[in-house]
Amino acid sequence: MSDILHTHQETASHGHHADDHHHVHAHHKETFISKYIFSMDHKMIAKQFLITGIVWAIIGGLFSVLFRLQLGFPEESFPILETFFGKWAEGGRLRPEFYYALTTMHGTVLVFFVLTAGLSGTFANLLIPLQVGARDMASPMMNMLSYWFFFGGSIVMLASLFIQTGPASGGWTIYPPLSALGQASEGSKAGMDYWIIGMALFIISQLLGGLNYIATILNMRTKGMSMTRVPLTIWALLFTAILGVLSFPVLLSGVVLLIFDRHLGTSFYLSDIYIAGQALANEGGSAILFQHLFWFLGHPEVYIIILPTMGIVSEVMSVNARKPIFGYMAMVFSMFAICVLAFLVWAHHMFVTGLNPFLGSVFVLLTLLIAVPSAIKVFNWLTTLWRGNIRFTPAMLFAIGFVSLFISGGLTGIFLGNSTIDIHLHDTMFVIAHFHIVMGVSAFFGMFCGIYHWFPKMFGRYMNNTLGYIHFWVTLIGAYLIFWPMHYQGFAGMPRRYLDKSSWVSFNQFHGLDAMITVVTVLVFAVQLMFVFNYFYSIYKGRRVRELNPWGATTLEWTTPIRPGHGNWDGEIPEVHRWAYDYGKDGRDFIPQTEPIGDKESSH
Amino acid sequence: MHTFLLIAILLLGFIITFQIARATEFVSIVQGEERTRKQSNRINAFLLLAFLIVGLFGVYWAHHTLADKTLGFDSSASDHGIKVDRMLKYTLITTGIVFVLTQVLLFWYSFKYQERENQKAYYFPHNNKLEMIWTVVPAIVLTVLISFGLVYWFQITGAAPENAATVEVTGSQFKWEFRYPGKDGVLGKKNYKFIDESNDNSLGLIWDDAATHDDIVSGGPLHLVVNKPVRLVIGAKDVIHSVGLPHFRLKMDAVPGTPTTLWFTPIKTTKDMIKETGQENFVFELACDQMCGAGHTGMRGEIIVETQEEYDQWMASQKAQYQKAVVEKKCLQLRPQLLPKTLRPRNLLIVLPLPLNPIQLLQNNLIYL
Repeated sequence: MSDILHTHQETASHGHHADDHHHVHAHHKETFISKYIFSMDHKMIAKQFLITGIVWAIIGGLFSVLFRLQLGFPEESFPILETFFGKWAEGGRLRPEFYYALTTMHGTVLVFFVLTAGLSGTFANLLIPLQVGARDMASPMMNMLSYWFFFGGSIVMLASLFIQTGPASGGWTIYPPLSALGQASEGSKAGMDYWIIGMALFIISQLLGGLNYIATILNMRTKGMSMTRVPLTIWALLFTAILGVLSFPVLLSGVVLLIFDRHLGTSFYLSDIYIAGQALANEGGSAILFQHLFWFLGHPEVYIIILPTMGIVSEVMSVNARKPIFGYMAMVFSMFAICVLAFLVWAHHMFVTGLNPFLGSVFVLLTLLIAVPSAIKVFNWLTTLWRGNIRFTPAMLFAIGFVSLFISGGLTGIFLGNSTIDIHLHDTMFVIAHFHIVMGVSAFFGMFCGIYHWFPKMFGRYMNNTLGYIHFWVTLIGAYLIFWPMHYQGFAGMPRRYLDKSSWVSFNQFHGLDAMITVVTVLVFAVQLMFVFNYFYSIYKGRRVRELNPWGATTLEWTTPIRPGHGNWDGEIPEVHRWAYDYGKDGRDFIPQTEPIGDKESSH
Repeated sequence: MHTFLLIAILLLGFIITFQIARATEFVSIVQGEERTRKQSNRINAFLLLAFLIVGLFGVYWAHHTLADKTLGFDSSASDHGIKVDRMLKYTLITTGIVFVLTQVLLFWYSFKYQERENQKAYYFPHNNKLEMIWTVVPAIVLTVLISFGLVYWFQITGAAPENAATVEVTGSQFKWEFRYPGKDGVLGKKNYKFIDESNDNSLGLIWDDAATHDDIVSGGPLHLVVNKPVRLVIGAKDVIHSVGLPHFRLKMDAVPGTPTTLWFTPIKTTKDMIKETGQENFVFELACDQMCGAGHTGMRGEIIVETQEEYDQWMASQKAQYQKAVVEKKCLQLRPQLLPKTLRPRNLLIVLPLPLNPIQLLQNNLIYL
């Protein structure tokens, strides 16, 4: 007990300290540059991450539309493509190099720049200080640098799209030797160097951000905000940050060795290679080593993407079901289990690389083990809906859609995690269906859920509801129409990354299907543009927020002014007396975290 | 033109949608926001239920129309494939049940517990018994699936039977090459530094090793004997490729510098498959399954599974690579009169068998003179 008291006093003194800072800040005159560009306000940095993420999402999404045109209509030519892309689409048809550049950049952009930076960059920055009750991040300066390193990485990656030999094109996993040897592919020339430099900057950004998130969550909670009282978003973002900080450096070392192999004549990944009529001198390297290093980040990476959305969905679902999230501690422990196991399953991406079968079996075990916490979470969400009083805001709909997609995509993971089945389904369209549903579309649903829910806090206005509903329904139906049939293509053994199946006997039976998928992709993409329009339009013209707590939520961010300034709370930081999920308790709709426990209150 | 038309239509559709959306917002303000909110709540709750019903029907329909286009669960052409198919089937049944159950609950609860007047949410923060159940049950189900999976996994990846034939498969951008060990049953030594494409030695066989002399190299199709285990020794020359055998349900990467192996027993001949599928042009295809560069899509190989007699007959017509690359060329070299006049070496010195002379150099001269 005395320990707890001690901690509380400490946090209280922290809070006080921050207060003084705020006081000093108020006398600073904010210029355009310090407010909008090199801002150190976590809320502004969150918006910067989100808007940069939106720009990237449009680029990455457009790439998928372009290569879907090729997949859906391999015989057609689209003259407009030549108008825009010149030699890359001569005669209106994509060159194979261009096709692979598009798929590679689609993957890279969406996995890293949108669903990592755009997602946790946005919500960690926005929510951590607001929900734990802090005036800003532990280090606002590092936080600002985190965004600008991300921006720098973005510029380098964007630049690679415009060089003569094109951007990286060896797949987002950039396996060497393909990515190490310029002779092997156009995209492995200068484009690959840009990719690596862009990623290096990106990783620096992630580390700066991640350390900051961890420090803020652990040290800067307001008085009374013990770790068992923070909303699940905070737990999710904490585990996300830990995963990122521990695994991104491994990718960095992996790509640095790749740079050495590319330019300094080392042989980390290269051995016994005869290419373009020439036997290379490299001997003794292991191409598989890179895959180990890559997937040591690559697998935690998918949890870096999905964990924040799990937190967001839990929070939004509880608020809109007017019911506490079911099994708070089980949610925390399952996220903890996911966080630990995420580091121990990477080689399930490598069952058919010639991995030692015994080692493979260990990874099978650990991989299917990680399905248990995921299952717990799903059942907890279902129970949260049970006997609720549900309001279907666009955010809530996206939360429900998230659970639906997470179930669909999660179950197919049980196929791929079992090495026996993976031998057959590995690198087929089944894999594309699996990961797009479980971490692509799901993560986007979680992200949309968060954007619709916290938009009023970000901009003091609402987004247009009708457009939100259209956005949800078209995206949900579209996502299933696009990805569900791909399972069948996978069951037919059709490999991924094939741009034209006409020369094959075994994979040439899905013409109409591929065309249908492409048409739906175009429609869904158009509706995402509509969302973007809704977003920017609502920033300026949306309906104004007139009440402090429009959703009737318990958490601290809704105790700040409608348009909070730098420092978040005008007066003292509020003190917290309870957990974040007292909805429907003792006949009351909700009890804010700031309200002291009443004498007659029942305990949970 | 079509493209512009399409863009114009999308744009128009967007403007109309946006105007409607804006109008609804104004109407809601006039009507009273609370009333509009409740109305749209009811509509969305109904849509969620409708989505569940239409969606489940859609799942059935997708299965109905697409299942025939897949490989199915009982058409495997290898012994290992039968195990993979069985595993696939049981996993599909298990996950199918969970899928329907959870999706029904999700959308049914959403519909049933939509906001209503006088309805109070039930304060239900946790229940240890329930949580224990849905931790333990999935864990048990998964353990069963894993156990079966691993038994099969070790059978499939275990050592090949003694009597297995050996064939070497080598991938390079963007083709497959196959090497059969010949009569001695041994694949002779090779090294990538000995690769010499202009002299018919595209695999880098070391001719000093006598075991290479009867090795047969072919660009395909790969010939296999039905009901006889075969061990593929897989390698790559330039980048990573992958030997994907959809009809046998098997796959193994081809990694430069690190040979891998894969063994199985084909149980159906190509002719059996033609009969079974009713497809005149049926052929076992070997698909590269690992992104390997611009020509990845076209990296196709063919496999012919046949009876022992047919195989022997075919094998008898094959010539060892050593014959093609060295012996026959030496003959030409020593007896230039066999060549057409235009190809005869002008310099007789070239044809002298010099002890220090790398034969290959001379051969080049012979061919290009």
